[in-house]
Amino acid sequence: MTPTWVQLAYLVAALCFVLALKGLSTPRYARAGNLLGAAGMALAVVTAYAHGAVHNGPLILVAVAAGVAVGIPAARSVKMTAIPQMVALFNGVGGAAAALVALTEYLAVTDASVLFEVATALTVLIGSVSFSGSVVTFLKLQEVMTTRPVLLPAGRFLAVGAAAASALLALGVVLTGSSALLVLLALAGLALGVLFVLPVGGADVPIAISLLNAFTGLAVAASGYVLANTLLIVSGTLVGASGTILTRLMAQAMGRSLANILFGAFKTTDAAAAGGEQRTVRSGTVEDVAILLGYAHSVLVVPGYGLAVAQAQHAARELAHLLEQRGIDVKYGIHPVAGRMPGHMNVLLAEADVPYEQLKELDDVNPGIGSVDVVLVVGANDVVNPGARDEPSSPIYGMPIFDVDRAKSVVFMKRSMRPGFAGVDNSLLYNPKTTLLFGDAKDSLTKLLTAVKQV
Amino acid sequence: MIDLLTIFVLAVFVGFEVVSKVSTILHTPLMSGANAIHGVILVGAVLITGHAQYPLEVVLGLVAVFLATVNVVGGFVVTDRMLEMFKGHGK
Repeated sequence: MTPTWVQLAYLVAALCFVLALKGLSTPRYARAGNLLGAAGMALAVVTAYAHGAVHNGPLILVAVAAGVAVGIPAARSVKMTAIPQMVALFNGVGGAAAALVALTEYLAVTDASVLFEVATALTVLIGSVSFSGSVVTFLKLQEVMTTRPVLLPAGRFLAVGAAAASALLALGVVLTGSSALLVLLALAGLALGVLFVLPVGGADVPIAISLLNAFTGLAVAASGYVLANTLLIVSGTLVGASGTILTRLMAQAMGRSLANILFGAFKTTDAAAAGGEQRTVRSGTVEDVAILLGYAHSVLVVPGYGLAVAQAQHAARELAHLLEQRGIDVKYGIHPVAGRMPGHMNVLLAEADVPYEQLKELDDVNPGIGSVDVVLVVGANDVVNPGARDEPSSPIYGMPIFDVDRAKSVVFMKRSMRPGFAGVDNSLLYNPKTTLLFGDAKDSLTKLLTAVKQV
Repeated sequence: MIDLLTIFVLAVFVGFEVVSKVSTILHTPLMSGANAIHGVILVGAVLITGHAQYPLEVVLGLVAVFLATVNVVGGFVVTDRMLEMFKGHGK
């Protein structure tokens, strides 16, 4: 029986986690909430160690120290642009840990109840799916592999097959109590995770991470049944439930249904054939653009991941400042999914100290966009793609966008004609109102700054 | 068993409730923070390793402790770094 003091400590820890999640959903208390969560975690782990580390105490401490030695430098050194893939990795190792915990306990227990068998099978399955799925999302976001949907021949058949095999193996584990079947179940789960995430394309990958995050929460909750530990049940369920909500909110921010994101790529296989014809684009020089900007009354900057990668925030700010000094009205349009993850651009611009008051959201910008003289699209692509509004066949159809094609003119700063993260061609590039300025965003903005001074 | 199920059902509602009105600005930190919290599997990893008898169990348990620690520590530190940048930008 677990002593009362241990149960009380777990209760306090669970309370800290609830308050942490609550805090993280309001800007004002977010940081305090996160710290409270960390304090709750410390309490829980120290309690578990004091009460449960009957054997192997020193070894456990060594393993914790190794985890800290890897985790802290990784978290400290990661660039803000690479946050989504880092979160994916942390989620993956969490899923793997849950699967290992259930597997190990299974090996140790001799007289297993049905509930125990079911919980073990679930933990191992969901944990494995979460681990391998997260690794694939990491590889996609890190651009180690293509960010586009990967459609294997008979991919759908394979995925359904892996799911069916997992279900059968899980049933087998419950009926026979065989450890060998449990290991096979873990392997089937790993395959299922890969097959599940491969067809998810570019901009949808963060949604998949969020969903896998919720999965890991459920795996942890299920492991709570394996160990009859209430703290694991409560915390895992909290993350599972809040992660599910968060996933839905993210999908809404992209104007998509979750089912469409996860299974949409299975359907749209022959859409690429249509846009093959040569269309002309108009590219301009820095001087052309400087003149355009110098004589404008209002300018809207739409920053994207390209701006953040080029570390061009400061150059953008200086240019905006110079334009303002000349009496030009300058605003930034921040799309909720700009960057690699919903809300990511806010993190990136906060890092660069861009004044918060100048950041405008979709609803603030779009109604008056027709009177904006120049829209400066810096390294953003998908969030200004009119296809999301006009072409039902487009993979990003339905996602709310900045209607920059309705502004008087558009300057599109890009490194090349390569399509954006979602891998979708952008008709805005071929719009007669659009001037393309090729080059690195920081380089172009710096040149533009000099050129505007001479106008 | 019914006790555990009751806890589960109540936790589902609390989970839905606490993040139901989050703004898009905080989606990334919230996801990362929730990620850190499911690292509580570290508690489970410590417990099973503490009771492990055979070398295989000890090794698997220690790997789980290591992975869960990376999840916990990394998750909280990354989230804190993100939120620190919002400092002075809060509404």
